[in-house]
Amino acid sequence: MTYLLLFWEFFKTGLFAIGGGMATIPFLYDLSDKTGWFTRNDLANMIAVGESTPGPIGVNMATYVGFVTGMKDGGVLTAILGAVTATIGLITPSLIIVLIVAMMLKSFRDNEYVNNAFYGLRPASTGLIAAAGFTVVCSTLFYSDIWAQGNLLSAFNWKGIVLAIVLWLLTNVVKPTKKLHPIVFIGISALVGIMLQMK
Amino acid sequence: MKKLLELFLIFAKVGVMTFGGGYAMLPILQREVVENKGWATEEELMDYFAIGQCTPGVIAVNTATFIGQKNKGVAGAILATLGVVFPSLVIISLLAGVIEAFSHIIWVQNAFGGIRVCVCVLILNAVVKLLKKAVVDIPTGMIFAAVALCSILLPVSPIVFVLIAAVTGIILKAIGGKKQ
Repeated sequence: MTYLLLFWEFFKTGLFAIGGGMATIPFLYDLSDKTGWFTRNDLANMIAVGESTPGPIGVNMATYVGFVTGMKDGGVLTAILGAVTATIGLITPSLIIVLIVAMMLKSFRDNEYVNNAFYGLRPASTGLIAAAGFTVVCSTLFYSDIWAQGNLLSAFNWKGIVLAIVLWLLTNVVKPTKKLHPIVFIGISALVGIMLQMK
Repeated sequence: MKKLLELFLIFAKVGVMTFGGGYAMLPILQREVVENKGWATEEELMDYFAIGQCTPGVIAVNTATFIGQKNKGVAGAILATLGVVFPSLVIISLLAGVIEAFSHIIWVQNAFGGIRVCVCVLILNAVVKLLKKAVVDIPTGMIFAAVALCSILLPVSPIVFVLIAAVTGIILKAIGGKKQ
């Protein structure tokens, strides 16, 4: 039953995530909240792994989520079954839609309604990713027990905030490092995390 | 039959060589599919890529489906698509197994503590890049802000926003078109 649900959830993700791999992230956050199959922290780890391994990010994320979900069901075999189920679920809508579009290629691209729908879809998809990013930032750079600790300053993950600022500068401002592949920054962050004992 | 196997293998190769998002795949596709195999022309590849971005799903998968379909019909589409996801399945399954097994070790947790900070920055960078393409005028800016805000505040499935945005796009353009 879990596998059927897993397929269905990723089928919906594949159908409604528009504009590439990052667009699947808001759906995965929604899935995490809804099912509890994996935590939000798990998801941030999965994004990092998906970015730093070969293959399209969206597919990597689906495989990872499926694997972790299946793992809960027993062991390695169910984990692999979960990985395959989620991945097939993600690509099935693409397969169907692209096959249909391929048959009427020209008319799809020139269709007024399709273009107009995408005029609204592109900013919406970006908005969803921004919202997911905001959630990741909140759970990573601020601690949720902000009031329990009583001390406002201790609610901030200071090490994390400094690292984030440095990484932002390295990926946007510093010329020699700007064009480097994300995997480089993920590697650096892992080392910094170990050295500063980040949580 | 031989060509179907070839579609699977070449796209598996493309999958292995793609690090990150769909755009990273373009130069590899140009070399393997256009130059080496001649399965599509440069122009066709650009067309597939453009349409791949505005059909639902992962761009890499969409492009593979297009090229497979063009060369070997439905079977070709399925095999090319399976090819592109095959390396992910193998690599991620192995890696996820290893990570799960070592996740209790403190320095692994620390490493991921650092990595999560990096993920924040990577998502931020992705959003900024997408914004430049998606927000082209005031209405699209408002759609972006409204969706981002509502998605943070309301426990609503992203599907709802996607559907509303598509309809809004069509309506906005219809109103704008009449004025001209």
